[in-house]
Amino acid sequence: MSDRLHVGTRKGLFELARRDRGWEIAGVHFLGDPVTAVLAQQGGEVYAALDLGHFGAKLWRREGAGSWHEMAAPVYPPKPQDRGDDPHPWSLARIWALEPGGVAGRLWAGTMPGGLFRSDDGGASWALNEALWLMPERRQWEGVAGGEQPGISTVLVDPRDPDDIRIGVSIAGVWASRDGGASWRLINRGMYNEYMPPERREDPITQDIHRLARCAAHPDILWCQHHNGVFRSTDAGATWHELTAIRPAKFGFAVAAHPCDPQTAWFVPAVKDERRVPVDARVVVARTRDGGASFEVLSRGLPQRHAYDLVLRHALAVDESGERLAFGSTTGGLWLSEDGGESWTMPEARLPPIAVVRFALH
Amino acid sequence: MPQIIFTRALERFLATPAVTVEGATLGAALAAVFAARPVLRGYVLDDQGGLRRHVAVYLNGQPVADRVGLSDPVGPRDEIYVFQALSGG
Repeated sequence: MSDRLHVGTRKGLFELARRDRGWEIAGVHFLGDPVTAVLAQQGGEVYAALDLGHFGAKLWRREGAGSWHEMAAPVYPPKPQDRGDDPHPWSLARIWALEPGGVAGRLWAGTMPGGLFRSDDGGASWALNEALWLMPERRQWEGVAGGEQPGISTVLVDPRDPDDIRIGVSIAGVWASRDGGASWRLINRGMYNEYMPPERREDPITQDIHRLARCAAHPDILWCQHHNGVFRSTDAGATWHELTAIRPAKFGFAVAAHPCDPQTAWFVPAVKDERRVPVDARVVVARTRDGGASFEVLSRGLPQRHAYDLVLRHALAVDESGERLAFGSTTGGLWLSEDGGESWTMPEARLPPIAVVRFALH
Repeated sequence: MPQIIFTRALERFLATPAVTVEGATLGAALAAVFAARPVLRGYVLDDQGGLRRHVAVYLNGQPVADRVGLSDPVGPRDEIYVFQALSGG
């Protein structure tokens, strides 16, 4: 089980440790700066992506208990003259997903405005994946509210094969590479968007993939919190089936997959689109343990009156045991469970708006 | 030689003492600073080499004209101020 949790907020990175009395804040880093992604690797390295606003997106690394050092941030290449009609800028806006690549030193960074970057030296240098970036279809990628640029919200590397990669894009569907990123295909079938014109409703590239999650022990099992509902795939993201039993609502941003049990996943539903608050102002977690056929609504320890916490796509996490979970909200609520979501506790802290929570890997 | 002065808001992230550099244009003067401090480049310029949208550069008390090509001429006694545009939050 993981004894360490990193919480990236609008005003800094908060490091929590599990001690005898419970979870406590053990460190505060980058106080005042927005944190957009965090990765705590096996071996103790921690990466934090910042969005400094005026001064751009940055990447920092800490090794073990040492001090933080600024690393090279991904940089988009010079925009060629003949790309003047590209609807999206060639400049890093945000590091949104940061994942280990399954090979020593390798990292993947999913970004806004839609570029995927790879490092083979632990973040010291980065290269844009040009195969994906230069595809003509990328011009059809749509921006997401708030960022107004497309963003790679999820990068999933198959634990059996580091060259087998899935990415989820807001808003452009699920893309797959089986050759380490040399070529890409749009693979998702079975999703639909209620808000699109009827003739585009099932078009794979119009699907808003809020977040993907994978069962580590059964890597062909993927879960998706989509703008329009929740979906599950048993073939690594090619075909998707809607899980209509989700309750109390099918809208949300976050999903976490049990690392061992392919039938179990967690979601944090909200009233959709127009309001984006918990249903009836009660914070709940929806859990399925039967592959999505049914869902339990878990609320023990969560606020059930006048709670307006929204949980963003990177703000729900499960550890490698599947027992410890954490989620954080845009009003700074942070809850932890040590029994698979049955009950929750809140550490003694009033945090800034939370963008990302992540357990350290052991 | 022109002098470049950086906002103190940057000191939280990296050391940016005022420096005197060679350079006949804003771009050349900044390039001379970045040659010695490569990390600083990404704080001031975007990926395409223009000034970041929320970074302001004044030359002798006036905003520079060419925020994309950085072609404003600078003279040996000029002062270049690099600072952030204000925003709330």
